[in-house]
Amino acid sequence: MSRRAAALVAGVVIVLALVPVVLGTYQTQLLTYGLTLAIAALGFNLLLGYTGLLSFGHSAFLGTGAYTVALMMRYLGVSSLELFILGGVVSSAALAALLGVVCVRHTRIFFAILTLALSQVLWTLAYKFFWITGGTDGLRVPFSQLTLLGGLINFPGADAFARFITYYYYYVLVLFCVCTALMWLIVNSPFGKTLQAIRDNETRARFLGVRIWRYRWLAFLVSGIFTGLAGILWVPLNGLVTPDVLYWPQSGKIVFFAVLGGFRNFAGPIVGAVIFNYLEVYAVAVTQYWQITLGVILIVLVTFLPAGIVGTAERLRARLKKKRAEQFS
Amino acid sequence: MSLLRTENLKKHFGETRAVDGVDFTVNEGEFLSLVGTNGAGKTTLVNLISAFLSPDSGRIFVGDRDITHASVDERIRAGIARSFQLVNLFDDLSVLDNVALSIFAREGKTKRIFALAERDAAVTREALDLLAEFGLGGKSGARARDLAQGERKLLDVAVAYALRPKLLFLDEPTSGVSTRDKAQIMDTVSSVVRGGGITAVVIEHDMDVVFKYSDRVVVMHEGRFLADGPPDEIRRNSDVAKYLLGTDV
Repeated sequence: MSRRAAALVAGVVIVLALVPVVLGTYQTQLLTYGLTLAIAALGFNLLLGYTGLLSFGHSAFLGTGAYTVALMMRYLGVSSLELFILGGVVSSAALAALLGVVCVRHTRIFFAILTLALSQVLWTLAYKFFWITGGTDGLRVPFSQLTLLGGLINFPGADAFARFITYYYYYVLVLFCVCTALMWLIVNSPFGKTLQAIRDNETRARFLGVRIWRYRWLAFLVSGIFTGLAGILWVPLNGLVTPDVLYWPQSGKIVFFAVLGGFRNFAGPIVGAVIFNYLEVYAVAVTQYWQITLGVILIVLVTFLPAGIVGTAERLRARLKKKRAEQFS
Repeated sequence: MSLLRTENLKKHFGETRAVDGVDFTVNEGEFLSLVGTNGAGKTTLVNLISAFLSPDSGRIFVGDRDITHASVDERIRAGIARSFQLVNLFDDLSVLDNVALSIFAREGKTKRIFALAERDAAVTREALDLLAEFGLGGKSGARARDLAQGERKLLDVAVAYALRPKLLFLDEPTSGVSTRDKAQIMDTVSSVVRGGGITAVVIEHDMDVVFKYSDRVVVMHEGRFLADGPPDEIRRNSDVAKYLLGTDV
């Protein structure tokens, strides 16, 4: 990473750290949602941007993380977020490992349809096993029963919501930073380069001795764990988990994050997830036809900005740099 | 001493006998050219040896080891590498990454997930040295897709060479480039491959290139071997002249 990029990252982290102080509870809550979704986008993009596999079933991992938290709270009486993270990561990893065996043997539309179909199976199970999952009523995950840092921080009392949002924001921010750093390391590791090689030219990668399925499966696993973690962090914020989190539009939203920000660069899906969250919230507040608004944005994006927001900004920056260099010479 | 041997190797596509009972031997250290008209079976033979295709019958040996049913990565471990007729690169990766990836694969380091690729000084140094040998030292930071065709051909060979195989198959390394680039590519490839002590089998159509660079020439026609010998002998062979060059000696 160049010094300039490192300085930019440090600046962004400082600005993010100041959000609860400057912007108040509601904006902090919105950004917390954005950061949890950004973790899901990071995981998703390991598959799409770096391995060349479009998943339409990532709601399965988001939902598995969220439902694990709710089930642990309801049936095991767990309140520690650290234990939820442990349980949720294990269950998401187990699911990804299993689904990965089926899915990674296929690519393109076949992979997309398989992931979609398997996530819909989970959605149906969440509906049908209502005596466990609560069916359409879902399962509540009240923040007042949550503890952070091994019980050091809890949220009793009437005015606890604002305090919860502040503490929870910082908790999510730290995890977001860790996940981002980890993913950056992964995509720049020999493993990450191998995934990109498979994306660019599967045949040639095979003739370097790379076992394609094994690498795709590992990418699927890591991707599922990241998205599962996002589901774990999302549910205390939402307070409730219903089968909707497993439904295909949720997977569509994750795809939208990547397209909006740009999936051929590292920061794109992160920016896409945060912006999408604001877009959705404000579009819902402004018009009952919010889905049309989002649809139009998607069409405009695909037609005029196929590289997404970050990708287009990078291209413009490169063009400006080239122009300046030409003028200078 | 023979490095690779095939016995009665056959591959038919319906009525077409692409490879029809070929007994092929490659000796250690030689620079061998495999020539023939289009459809003679050259690429199919290489595809069979490299596990891109499975033979209908026959056997393939590396030394004494039967690799007829071995997988691609088993054959790579046995020392066989190849390049492709159409340039086959990782287009969105840098030139350096293309070669480094090959070295990571050879060293069994591609599973390293929590280490930066560029921080592996030994791999980076080897990749840069190799690129310099192939005349691509100044292009290491460029994306593979941004290279000129001749450079792409060289990088294609460099990626296969970086596996440090015992036996390297190069499928038309000079196709689609200018006459000037052809000589430059073959000078570089021949010098690097011979310098590295690697046995090479080159599929080539340009007979000037074949006669200039090869130690031995094998001519294929309709799935069988028509002639096999040193360049001078092949040049005088009347069958070769008739079927391959369309002239009489």
